Amino acid sequence: MSILVIAEHDNSSLKQATLSVVAAAKAIGGDIDVLVAGENVGAVAEAAAKAEGVNKVLVADNAAYGHFLAENLSELVAEVGKGYSHILAAAGTTGKDFMPRAAALLDVAQVSDIIRVESDDTFVRPIYAGNAIATVKSSDSIKVITVRPTAFDAVAESGSAAVEALDTVKDAGLSTFVGEEKAESDRPDLASAGIVISGGRGMQNGDNFKMLEQVADVLGAAVGASRAAVDAGFVPNDMQVGQTGKIVAPQLYVAVGISGAIQHLAGMSDSKVIVAINKDEEAPIFQVADYGLVADLFEAVPQLEEELKKVV
Amino acid sequence: MKVLVAVKRVIDYNVKVRVKPDNTGVDLANVKMAMNPFCEIAVEEAVRLKEKGVASEIVVVSIGPKAAQEQIRTALALGADRGIHVETDEEVQSLEAAKLLKSVVEKEEPKLVILGKQSIDSDNNQTGQMLAALSGMGQGTFASEVVVEGDKVNVTREVDGGLMTVALNLPAVVTTDLRLNEPRYASLPNIMKAKKKPLDTTTPADLGVDIAARLSTLKVEAPAARQAGVKVADVAELVDKLKNEAKVI
Repeated sequence: MSILVIAEHDNSSLKQATLSVVAAAKAIGGDIDVLVAGENVGAVAEAAAKAEGVNKVLVADNAAYGHFLAENLSELVAEVGKGYSHILAAAGTTGKDFMPRAAALLDVAQVSDIIRVESDDTFVRPIYAGNAIATVKSSDSIKVITVRPTAFDAVAESGSAAVEALDTVKDAGLSTFVGEEKAESDRPDLASAGIVISGGRGMQNGDNFKMLEQVADVLGAAVGASRAAVDAGFVPNDMQVGQTGKIVAPQLYVAVGISGAIQHLAGMSDSKVIVAINKDEEAPIFQVADYGLVADLFEAVPQLEEELKKVV
Repeated sequence: MKVLVAVKRVIDYNVKVRVKPDNTGVDLANVKMAMNPFCEIAVEEAVRLKEKGVASEIVVVSIGPKAAQEQIRTALALGADRGIHVETDEEVQSLEAAKLLKSVVEKEEPKLVILGKQSIDSDNNQTGQMLAALSGMGQGTFASEVVVEGDKVNVTREVDGGLMTVALNLPAVVTTDLRLNEPRYASLPNIMKAKKKPLDTTTPADLGVDIAARLSTLKVEAPAARQAGVKVADVAELVDKLKNEAKVI
């Protein structure tokens, strides 16, 4: 078996998620090559070559791949990938964009967002926003798979794979990059943050989320919200954690003033440690929380900030 | 400009999902079904494009059992003009759904196809991208803004860590993210009117598409249940436990 891992990066550095995808590739077993497609990606290729277990790093360095346009990347991945038994990428917004397109070009199905490898053709993945866990078997000759990075421990950076340049240039001519707007916040991205602190309807208004932001800044955490808080207009929709929002699985999830509707639990119940702060001791959130504090959040959250400053 | 919107019938997002005792799947017997939330956003976007005078006709298509006509009627009540039902009782996976939609696209020749980014049952996030690949169109996935300008569409996409805007040649495929719009509710008069709007039925065989599944589900299990933990007395104890017991800070 031979596995092609598509590196996730921003043209200057390799994303940690790639090391988790290599770990998933090792669980499948076989020779592992990494494809780095982008523009001026020398440093990324070097970093990928250090990932433990990688045999060879293939580099497609061209302006056509500079903004990771799915139309171009998928053609490259389909062409390079047809010589492999498996093609893997992280299930981030880039992988989710180009991988299904590459799978369709190869006329194979895709197995999305796997959290475990059972064998070389059988994988485990969450469905219904994690409310059910499916074990699926692929009968395709090439298995196209996206991997949930938080489910696999990153491989070490102790390797020294060969780096090989590809001269294949694929420009589908269907799309062009117009611009981008990076989130201004210094806080980590909600979907990949190690710690998330979220507020619910109990926050009462959007201004009160500043209390959570201050705690988040102490912890280096991202700030999220329940659908109830979003629907009440406290905060924008992109902060929503839940079945119809972002699915998160951080090391620590702190739910503040969140009752714990099914909708919300579906988006965060894979977190390693869950803390709930709520004044209603009957709130369902306490049934999933490792540590529950029955308290008025307007007293508890400022105290939490002070206590954390002492220890972090 | 004609807009095609694909919608899927799924379990209502408020319903508690229960795995069947024999682990063959999720129990959908006597469960409330509804239009996938991301598909509602897709319909709303098409209707707004029509209200702006950009879209001239909205065709809504759904693949699934007879009952999927309920979701087509819902879309018609929200403002779509006519429906196409690709009827099948078989499980249709993403690649096969994309092939069916490609066949519909070839017949209808829309300038824009709008789909939800994923359905809340299988959570695959594939069909729009696959349809775009098979139809040779550009794709604007996870859209938070869609602006049609001449023979191009500018799509602002929600990507990890921010927003990214791409310009796509028309025809193109757009998949919706949560922030694109807030879907309206259908009014009673519009629900009544929707009953009279045209709805054609076809089948995968009519469209010449083999829908045999490539992936087989061996089992479906409930996730490991979380045990309720301990209640702490105060914030100081909480921070102590997080630091010294859970070791997460």
